[in-house]
This record gives sequence, structure tokens and C-alpha cells, in this order.
Amino acid sequence: MTRLRVNGRPVEVDAPTDTPLLWILREELHLTGTKFGCGMALCGACTVHLEGEPVRACMATLGEAEGKSVITIEGLGQGGLHPVQEAWLEENVPQCGYCQSGQIMSAVSLLRKKPRPTDDDIDHALSANLCRCGTYVRIRRAVHRAAEKMGREP
Amino acid sequence: MSEGELGRRGFLHVATLVGGAFALGFELPGCMPANMPPRAGGDFVPNAWIRITTTDRIVFALDRVEMGQGTSTSHATLVAEELDVDPKRIEVVAAAAHRAYDNPDPQLGFQITGGSSSVRESFLPLRQAGAVAREMLRQAGARTWGVAASECVAADGEVVHAPSGRRARYGALAAVAATLPIPKNAPLKDPSAFRFIGKRVDRLDARTKVDGSSVYGIDVELPGLLTAVVVRSPTLGGKLTTFDARAVRAQPGIVEVVEIPSGVAIVATHYYRAAAARKYLQTAWDEAKRTSTDGLRAAYDARLDHGADVVAARGSLAAAFERASKVVEARYEIPYLAHATMEPQNATVRLTGELCEIWAPTQAPGLAREAARRITGLAYEQIHIHTTMIGGGFGRRLAQDYVTEALHLAVRIRALGKPVKVIWSREDDMENDVYRPMSAHALRGAVGAVGASAKGEAPRAIGWTHRIVSQSIVAQVGREWGQAIPPSALPQILKLAAGRSAGALYGTNTLTDSSSHEGASDLPYIDAIGAFRAEYAIVETGVPVGFWRSVGHSENCFVVESFMDELAHAAAQDPLAFRLAHLPQGSRTHGVLALAGKMAGWGTPLPAGVFRGVALTHAFKSFCAQVAEVSVTGASIRVHRVVAAVDCGQVVNPDIVRAQVEGAIAFGLSAALHQAIHIEHGHVKEKNFHQFKVLRMHEMPQVEVHIVSSASPPTGIGEPGVPPIAPAVANAVFAATGKRLRKLPLLPALQEAQR
Repeated sequence: MTRLRVNGRPVEVDAPTDTPLLWILREELHLTGTKFGCGMALCGACTVHLEGEPVRACMATLGEAEGKSVITIEGLGQGGLHPVQEAWLEENVPQCGYCQSGQIMSAVSLLRKKPRPTDDDIDHALSANLCRCGTYVRIRRAVHRAAEKMGREP
Repeated sequence: MSEGELGRRGFLHVATLVGGAFALGFELPGCMPANMPPRAGGDFVPNAWIRITTTDRIVFALDRVEMGQGTSTSHATLVAEELDVDPKRIEVVAAAAHRAYDNPDPQLGFQITGGSSSVRESFLPLRQAGAVAREMLRQAGARTWGVAASECVAADGEVVHAPSGRRARYGALAAVAATLPIPKNAPLKDPSAFRFIGKRVDRLDARTKVDGSSVYGIDVELPGLLTAVVVRSPTLGGKLTTFDARAVRAQPGIVEVVEIPSGVAIVATHYYRAAAARKYLQTAWDEAKRTSTDGLRAAYDARLDHGADVVAARGSLAAAFERASKVVEARYEIPYLAHATMEPQNATVRLTGELCEIWAPTQAPGLAREAARRITGLAYEQIHIHTTMIGGGFGRRLAQDYVTEALHLAVRIRALGKPVKVIWSREDDMENDVYRPMSAHALRGAVGAVGASAKGEAPRAIGWTHRIVSQSIVAQVGREWGQAIPPSALPQILKLAAGRSAGALYGTNTLTDSSSHEGASDLPYIDAIGAFRAEYAIVETGVPVGFWRSVGHSENCFVVESFMDELAHAAAQDPLAFRLAHLPQGSRTHGVLALAGKMAGWGTPLPAGVFRGVALTHAFKSFCAQVAEVSVTGASIRVHRVVAAVDCGQVVNPDIVRAQVEGAIAFGLSAALHQAIHIEHGHVKEKNFHQFKVLRMHEMPQVEVHIVSSASPPTGIGEPGVPPIAPAVANAVFAATGKRLRKLPLLPALQEAQR
């Protein structure tokens, strides 16, 4: 039995510790907002926060998450929407939407470190997240918008 | 329900006759999507798309699947406009599979989302559906209050009788409306009265896509659900000879290991169990066919030396080339491409003796239903298709191979009594795609004076020949679809090629697959050029091919717009001015190209090292021109900015039109710069995103999209933004370096040119 905290909630999982965290989230905890895209940490669709840091859940294992805190897209807004999610809506970012959980998790992490990111900062932080529909132009705008929103909030 | 039953039961009403196309409105007992609210007495269901409950829920059955292109918003808007409710009030659910939802485009005559047809083909039928509902609600108000219908107005979700001040929500009138006869027709709003069409309506599907709650095919959960991976042939077309699954069965969580037509399915309690056990499977394959793209390339190139079937011709080429002041000859090469949808292929099937339920991210629920009928032997009414949210389509999900595979597995393990989901890994997905065809092109262009006495006039393109070698997609899917679809359901595009002859007719080019030469045989400059011939040599290689966002245009636009640039340079003229001179003043092609040039500031100075390239397409009945600003440093190509102009007729949602063009540029740029599928001795070499690269954030240019204001009927927008970006960039690279890149993708082509 492996214990960890997911979205603030303690959970116990009975699965091999070398199982990718992604599939524990999706198949054991039924948190399907975190997506499977490549299985090789190439596309970023499975990005979650492990102890506050963005990780690719397809490569992180259950064992690595033991005793730690995991935040997924479902746990981001704590009831409502996170300002990043709001900015995503205001810019009409999603097309197919499949990559957007990962994009948003990466953007939240970026804004935590750089509350006023430049375009270069965004390029750097989000280049690990692929979007096949090509919503990059809007993601860039939404990150700036979210930065403004979060700057205004206490 | 079967189509025959539909008629017999008599609940079919021909509700509308729009633009020569029948839009059928009727109730679909048992065929409503599972997520439709349960049918309750008093619900008002005037047609196949709309249900208004007595609790005032307005539910719209979306029959053009949402795969990111925005149909859930645009199509709900069409209904909402005529129904006169805020689109935000509409609950969008995926439509079931039913002939009522056949695509009205005669080229796509079944339930299919593709060909950039959705807004174009739904624009009138869905407005009619909304207008009919609105009229009936108005009548219901009048009947309820015993007043004249002419005194009742339907607006903003309620019917109002102004003289008495009485008003009622649509839901409150649903039960009465449900008893009224369905009118044949209802007046449509004048465009000047549009409240939502032509304006930005925020995407209705965005909320669930930013909070993670949207359910894609891969997310479907059912009680007792099993999950499978399928081990397929490592080479294209290989057949399983033997397998040994003993070591697999010894792994935890493994439920069953069975052979199915596409390979060996490992069925487990979880995907992670099946995926972990996969390496223990021993298989042997008959790998008879060992295709290599290098070999194909040589064969294609040799084929270019011989004549091919003429698909378009006019004027005297001999005369044109005789009087040419310059003749330009060039060959172009286009690679196979994967679709690489972000959501890998998957499908879930629950099969009992009487019922087959399928949950799938499919662009063609009608084909999925046909596959289910063929494989399970059940009747239409026993097959329910639940189209899920789709993590990218781009044409990949027109093929139903992944649904077919899950159906075969479900039949094979029916005795287990549990539903099963098949998930493809990224490698499975990339190695087993239906690829955008590889092609080879030979062109000859004549540049010269237009008239005999035209001395001093700028030279023009006066002769043009283009020979294309490629596989035909329709020849391949025609075989599959021709067998899968009974004649009554055969789409027009295949009707002539019914049954067994479909593949033969297209395969021998007796019927020409126009998608192979679209954009080349109907070059926008043909009239001005005068002497023209396009030829198509069909080849078969055994490599599975399929429709890839913008199909033939995605290849042919690169070729013809690069070659047009070559002719402009041969004529020593500005590439934009040269193109404009070959287009009729006042035409939509001329308009869109001139607009892109103007907005891009064509001819104005750029920062040092930055150069412009331009390209134009007329595709899916729309027009798109793009100007790319590019710099080349060493062997790297940087696209800084793209200015796009698009004319897609009447716009339903300008923000989604912009998003589609922005996205099309990113999609097209991925292919232009990076992508190719190589096959070596039958093995697909590119297996994941490190080898098949998708454009990343830091490579994304700024994009400006300018929409031509138009009252013409709406035309395609999902695809027309793709074709021009590759030639626009290649033409800019030529401007920057003097190197003409005649192969895609451009980055390796540039490296080769620099060697």
C-alpha cells in the first residue's frame, strides 16, 4: 500500500510502485483530467504538480510520489477556477482541449516562479507542452492575462 | 431503429426543404444519445436536433463532432439564433448515429465530420430546425392563451403576448408545442437581425476543457471495464503466425490474451497492467511485404518520366512553350505524414446478446455503426454509438480501424461479460496510422509575353504542366467503405463505385480521386495561364493512407505555390505582384491575396535578415492567403510572423475562425519544418514525438488573421489555413537564401541544400 496526498486528500493505492503516476491517477483514483499523450515525457499532456513542482506523470512513478503531495487539474481551483483557468476561458484557448490540463499546470507553475513572465519565459516554460491544435498564440496571451489577474489579487 | 422501421412507424416528418436538400426532423426513440435528458412526457422534440423539456432545458444534439474545430459552439449558435435564446443556455450533447444526421454534402453523404463541411452544410438546416421550434412555441403560446399567434413573439427564451403582457418560458410551453403539427417551413431571420451569428460567442466546450472534466474516449469509465493493449505487426501489413502468451498470463492483472485480426490483445484490469505485461508476449509474424520509403521514392521518381492520366487540360501547350522566353522545370517531393492526434486512438465496447454500445472519439459515427453491424451481426437498433469528446481529429478518426479492432475484441471476449476499452500507445498510434500519402511532382512552366505584340509588357506564366504520382486515398478507403456500407447508405462519392468495384475503379484511376490532385488541377491561375495540363499517376504501395487535414491541398499547394514563385523569379517579378497579375480583379482569390499583402506590409522594409514569402489557396470553397516573415540562420528556419487573410463567406463565429487559422498555421508549420514518416523494410521509423516533431511554443510565430467581410454562404475554415503556410515559408527561405527547397520537410531540405 502506497500512501500519498492527491489534491489535498490522503489516499492509499495498492499497485506496483514502479507504475507510472499517470495511470494511478487515471485508473486507480479516477482523476481523468490528467492525460496520456506519449508515455515518454515528450508532450506534457500529463503534467501535474509533485510537491509543487511540475512533473510528467507518465514518467514519475507511484513510488516517487510516496508520502508526497500531488496536485492535478481537478485540484487546482479548490472549488472554483484558478485565475489561470479563468484566463484560459477569457482567451477561448482550448480547441480539442486534450493538452490543456497539462498546459495549465505548467502555466501555474511558471507564474508561481515568475509572476510577470516575458514571452521568452513563457516559451521556455511551456515548450515542453505540445498542442497539436496549435493554440500557442492564445496560451501566450492567457498566461499574460493570468499574470495580470494574479497581480491584482491580494 | 432501422431506416425502414423509421418510415413504418410514421414519426418521420419532412420538416424542411432547404436549398434543395432535405433536412429531416423527427423523434428518434431509443436512438437519442445517452446523455440526453431522459425522455419525459411533455418534452418538445420538433426534430432530430432539439429537445426542450418541461423544466426549460434546451438540449441540442450535435451531429458534427467536436474535435476542437468549434462545432459545439457554432452549431449551437445556429440553433440558438433562430430559436432566439442565448447560446449559453443550450446544452450540447453528442448526437447518436442515425441517418437523420447524414452530411447533406452529396460528396460526403453519410454521418461524417470532415471536408471542412460542418458550418457550410449545417448553416441552413440547423437554422431551420431552430426556426421551426420557435414558430411552434409561438403557436403553443397563442393556443395556451387563446390569442392570435400573430400577436405572440418568441424572444430570449420566452413567448410574449404583448397586448395582455402574458409571457411563458419555452419549457412551460413545451407540452403544448409537442402536440402541434410540425410546419414544413418557418421564416428565417434576416441577417441584419442576427444577435449571435457573426459575433464572438465564447466556446461552450471550454469550461470542461480547462477544469479537466471533459470526457474524451480515453476517459470513458464503465462498471467492470477491462482495458486492453494490442500488439500489432512490427511491419506494415505483417500477419501473425504464432504467439506465446504464457508469460503474459502470469503477470498480475491480466485477464485474457487473445488473437484478433489486427494482432494479439492483452486484456487486463487496467491499462498499466496490460502495458507492463506487453513485453512478455512472444510473437512471430509473416512480414512478407517490406516496403521502404527510399525505394518508393526512387520508383515514384521513375514514374514521373512516363505519361499519366490527364485530369485537367486546356489551351495549346506546344504553342505556349514554343514562344516562351523562359522554361522552368522542377520536381518536388512530399513525404508520408502521421496525424499524431494528442489523444491516441481508443475505443470502448460493451457487447451483450442484444446490445452493442460503443464509446469512441470518431469523426464518422455512421461508419462506426456499420462496422458494428458487420462484426457483431446485430441490427441498427441494437447498436448505440456514443461519440465522446475528441482529442484532435485532423482526418485520422474518419478511419474506423481502432473502432473495428475494439469490436473484434469485444466479440472475442464476449463470454467475460465485461466492457473493454482498447488504448493505443503513442507508438501504436504512430506506427499504425493511415498516413497522408507520399507524392512526387514534375512541373514545367513557360514564361513569356501574353500576346504576340505584347513587347514591353511584363512576362506572364503562359504554360504549365504538372504530373503527380501518389496513392489514392479514396481508392483505399473506397474498398473499405464500399464493403462496409450497404448500398442504401452509400455516400455519393462512392455510389458509382459500389461494392466490389469501388477499389478497382479508383485503383485503376477509371474514376479519379480528385483529392489526389485538388489544388493542382484547379490552380487558381489557370485562366490567366491559358495552356495547362495536370496529370495524375496512381500508384499502390500497400502503405495505409488516409485523409489528413486539408488532404491533397496540403501537398499540392506547397508544390504549385512554390513553382509559381519560381516562375515569378524567372520572370524577374515580385512574387505577390506576379500572382495578382494572374488573378481576375474583383475575384475572391485576388481579394484575399491582396488583403494579406496589404496587411503584411508587403514591400515595406523588414528587420535585417528577415524575408517574406507568400502563398495562396482556394480550398474547401474558401480562400486563404498567407505572408510569412522568416529568417534563416545556419540551418535553422525561424518564422517570426504570419499574416493570414481568409474569405470563408458568412462567418458564424469570428473568434473561432481566427482560432482555426492560427491553429492551422501551427499544424501546417509542424509539417512544413519537421515532419516526415519514413518506412524502412516495412518498419515505421518515427515512433514518438522526439522523432515526429510537433511545433513547440518557442517556434510559434505571431499570427494575424484578417477575415474578409462577406455575405456569401459560409464555406470551410477547419482546413484552408493549412496549405499556404509551407509554401509561404519556403518562398521566404528562397528570398533569404536563394535556395529553392523542393522537398518537405524544409529543415532537412535546407541542410541538404547547404551541403
